[in-house]
Amino acid sequence: MQEGKRSASFYALAAVFGLFVIFLYGPMFTIFVLSFQGPEGGLTFPMRGASFHWFGRLWEGMGVVDIAAAFRRSVALGTVVMLFTVLLSLGAGLAFRKKFKGSGLLFYTSVASLIMPSIVVSLGIGLQFRLIDTALKSGLEALGLGGWLEGYGTAMGLYTSALGAHLTWTLPFGLLIMLAVFNRFNPAYEEAADDLGATPWQSFRHVVLPLIAPSLVGVGMFGFTLSWDEIARTSQAIGDVNTLPLELQGLTSTVTTPAIYALGTVTTVVSFAVMGGTLLLIRLLKRQPARA
Amino acid sequence: MRMTAWLQATPFTLVFVLFLVLPLLLVATVSFWRATDYELIPAFTFQNYLDVFNGCSNTDELCVTLKTYLSTLKFCFLVWLITLVIGFAVAYFLAFHVRSVGAQTLLFILCTIPFWTSNVIRMISWVPLLGRNGVINQGLQGAGLIDTPIEWLLFSDFSVVLAFVHLYTMFMIVPIFNSMMRIDRALLEAARDNGATGWQTTWNVIVPLCRTGIIIGSIFVITIVMGDFVTIGVMGGQQIASVGKIIQVQTSYLQFPMAAANAVILLIVTLMMIWGLTKLVDIRKEL
Repeated sequence: MQEGKRSASFYALAAVFGLFVIFLYGPMFTIFVLSFQGPEGGLTFPMRGASFHWFGRLWEGMGVVDIAAAFRRSVALGTVVMLFTVLLSLGAGLAFRKKFKGSGLLFYTSVASLIMPSIVVSLGIGLQFRLIDTALKSGLEALGLGGWLEGYGTAMGLYTSALGAHLTWTLPFGLLIMLAVFNRFNPAYEEAADDLGATPWQSFRHVVLPLIAPSLVGVGMFGFTLSWDEIARTSQAIGDVNTLPLELQGLTSTVTTPAIYALGTVTTVVSFAVMGGTLLLIRLLKRQPARA
Repeated sequence: MRMTAWLQATPFTLVFVLFLVLPLLLVATVSFWRATDYELIPAFTFQNYLDVFNGCSNTDELCVTLKTYLSTLKFCFLVWLITLVIGFAVAYFLAFHVRSVGAQTLLFILCTIPFWTSNVIRMISWVPLLGRNGVINQGLQGAGLIDTPIEWLLFSDFSVVLAFVHLYTMFMIVPIFNSMMRIDRALLEAARDNGATGWQTTWNVIVPLCRTGIIIGSIFVITIVMGDFVTIGVMGGQQIASVGKIIQVQTSYLQFPMAAANAVILLIVTLMMIWGLTKLVDIRKEL
């Protein structure tokens, strides 16, 4: 393996790797191409003209489904999930540096969440909010305050049940990243800050935070992109509104025009923009301490 | 000191208590409840579980539940095997054959990029390739190899497995690659100096040392396939049953106690598979 000449197994495995990459990218590439079909174009090759027609159709909305609203909801939820994931994972990561009672249990619970079949979690959260609704209604009626409930639908929603469902998926990833970060963190910097008379807050703010900032941005990116794509955990736990992936899943069985490919292209571009922005931010943050 | 640690961990803990532990307890509880068309009735009954296994004592023909589990397990096994073989080969190539760290990182990122695209998009991206008038059928017909389009390419067991492999091989590559990068290269040299062939080194040195990575990857793939209803729905043309899909359909008809009973059984089966795998390795030690 280490000698200068490539072995036969190198070429065999290189071929496997090459085929795997084609397998990964090939299908995606076809839908990007097909989303630029002309107005006469269909779901398959050959291309009938090239245009932005289907992106225009997307922009106008696709019949009954309000894609723009679902898009805004997904961006908003993803942003909130991102913020919560960063803050809560950071808190937990800091806590795990000290040994506290129950840390083992908490660790295993979050890992369990990661490997729990999503449909089970989703069903549970859906049930929970259904029971909350029932309890709320019967409780208020018993108090003679039934009038308060006019227009009340459900406690389920984007920032209640759906947010919770997404966090059970993003937080374990966040915690694992934070554990990996603090495993490699040199406590000597903090000790130096302590010796120089910094308060715990000062040493956190001026020493720890700048050092782990790039990783936190990474955690945020994980939070946003995992939320942006999430279907299984949201499916039973969101109530009346839908996020973009849920709409998209519904569209797969009804829409038979390249507009759905255009939508695919747009969501992919958003994912890549988030990733690109994140990587840029991480580079900037990494450069800063060196300059200071 | 201890107080701050608790305060820091509290919000994180609350999320899991409120949105994981409590809901799971509720699922377990509701699985013993009764329901009418419009409300849940907190009464203790085994009926839901009896209904799930209705007809399963019949030895002539398998009941729906067992059939569904067998089909789900079949997908599980196939996807596990294929992702393991591909994942191991790809990770092996990246870890041992690509020599410069720069090239390694670049190729690794190349594999991860598609992972960040929406899963549904990656599923429907197979439609123009596999469909009746898709690229493959057009190509084969154009070459005169077939007269009529091959029907089983899309909306079939084949397309479901293909999509799973496409979507989730990354879950195998990452942990196996991670384990491989920790292997001391001196061990491989020692194996070669002792006259081991490439296969012998792989089988007797690398595979045992990657055990953790293989098991973590396997756990991911198995839990995903066991609970899946989206991939099987979209790629199976809504025609193939899976345990996850049964739960989803029952919820949409508001049959919550039945769905809960199914969820409990699914959870038990999945946890048993994972438990079997974790017997072989201590995950926390490896972080």
